Amino acid sequence: MGSKTALYAKHQEMGAKLVDFGGWDMPIHYGSQVEEHHKVRQHAGMFDVSHMTVVDVTGTDAKAYLRYLLANDVSRLKTKGKALYSGMLNENGGVIDDLIVYLMTEPGVSGEWFRVVVNCATREKDLRWMAEQTAKFDDVALTEQPDLAMIAIQGPQAIQLASAVLSESRAKVAAQLSVFQGQEVQGWFVARTGYTGEDGLEIMLPDDEAEAFWQALADAGIQPCGLGARDTLRLEAGMNLYGSDMDETVSPLAANMGWTIAWEPENRDFIGRQALETQKAAGPAEKLVGLVLEGRGVLRGHQKVIIEGVGEGEITSGTFSPTLGHSIAMARVPAATADAAEVEVRGKRIPVRVLAKPAFVRNGEKVFQ
Amino acid sequence: MSNIPSELKYVASHEWVRIEGDGTVTVGITDHAQDLLGDVVFVELPEVGAEVPAGEEAGVVESVKAASDIYAPISGEVIAVNEDLEESPELVNSDPYGDGWFFKLKVTEPDELAELLDAEGYAEHCEADS
Repeated sequence: MGSKTALYAKHQEMGAKLVDFGGWDMPIHYGSQVEEHHKVRQHAGMFDVSHMTVVDVTGTDAKAYLRYLLANDVSRLKTKGKALYSGMLNENGGVIDDLIVYLMTEPGVSGEWFRVVVNCATREKDLRWMAEQTAKFDDVALTEQPDLAMIAIQGPQAIQLASAVLSESRAKVAAQLSVFQGQEVQGWFVARTGYTGEDGLEIMLPDDEAEAFWQALADAGIQPCGLGARDTLRLEAGMNLYGSDMDETVSPLAANMGWTIAWEPENRDFIGRQALETQKAAGPAEKLVGLVLEGRGVLRGHQKVIIEGVGEGEITSGTFSPTLGHSIAMARVPAATADAAEVEVRGKRIPVRVLAKPAFVRNGEKVFQ
Repeated sequence: MSNIPSELKYVASHEWVRIEGDGTVTVGITDHAQDLLGDVVFVELPEVGAEVPAGEEAGVVESVKAASDIYAPISGEVIAVNEDLEESPELVNSDPYGDGWFFKLKVTEPDELAELLDAEGYAEHCEADS
């Protein structure tokens, strides 16, 4: 048996099919993954993401430490609660993990601190790496918050429906947050973030309050959704999944994460910078693109991609897109690429379209031509 | 627990067989199989008129999660396929033993019918599998 989140009993009660995910017993669906997917695109759904690892970074060197640890620059966080997406790289420029970091105070104040959310499957290596890197700094403390539950509420109606069951002051905060911003209120951390391509909230709250809140959200008409729908939603939105679309052997430049590298200021030394500058100067050999199969069949991870006259690549994530009604994928291919390719699906070569950016659906709408 | 109707026959690869009594059989996948696959999005069926030997691939079912071969449970000639699955593959999930059937065969090796599992035998197989 794996680890259980504070919502495990609720998942069982609500008919979830549970599977092992990174050592946790997590819902894959509550009946139909496709129906849950549609609920999030058209209405509102909720996900238990309590398995994610939350680490608070405090101390007078917290900011300097994160500016060294991460490829993106926490100096870009100018407003309390604002969030930043970043890769945490090794010296070779490979991605150890992707994460979100929140500025938890006003910027630059005494006692300034940050909250980092990393993946669950990479928890141990992340914590070890993060701890090792503190050695260069005098005053940094890392504090894991294992007793926090996290619930993602996503969809066009998500904020409105969730606000009806939040306390008055929390609802007020939820209404005022800008995109990619969070705020602590009455012991809960309410953030306007997500992993679906829809508007919504991610709420961190004490484990012992999670069940009652989950039930209230369900009573308000928000559909419980499993990790199955979470995966098809994030893939439609063109969001990477660690371990599939990138890992320690892959540069952010080859994983559609170039935008998360803060090259300026030039004198900021961050782990992996030298390797990335070398790659950038040489021109990256590979890139992550989107694939579209409008006919029958489903593209899946590890299938071979053949680009006539250019070379070969591989699908990193592929699925049936419930919103579009056909298959989509992300693939790592030679940087030269082309606008058409063939994929080897079960012994047959199937023609697909290639999109320079892997993004398919946002806010319920198709986002490519 | 999945539904395993006692009037049907089964094979270990999770297809069911309904013996129609006129030398033909109807074939589909079991409730247990559709549950393992999750939401079905495409079904590839054999051509009408094709000869399919027992145990050979006769089609493919693709769910959001995975692709899975469908095997001919016994040898026969394909005399009909379920064309509704083209537009409504979800019938495999909602009604695996009824509207979600896959194809009908004219049996060419009647002796093979005796080798099929009964409901009890298939239930034991699923139990041992899990």
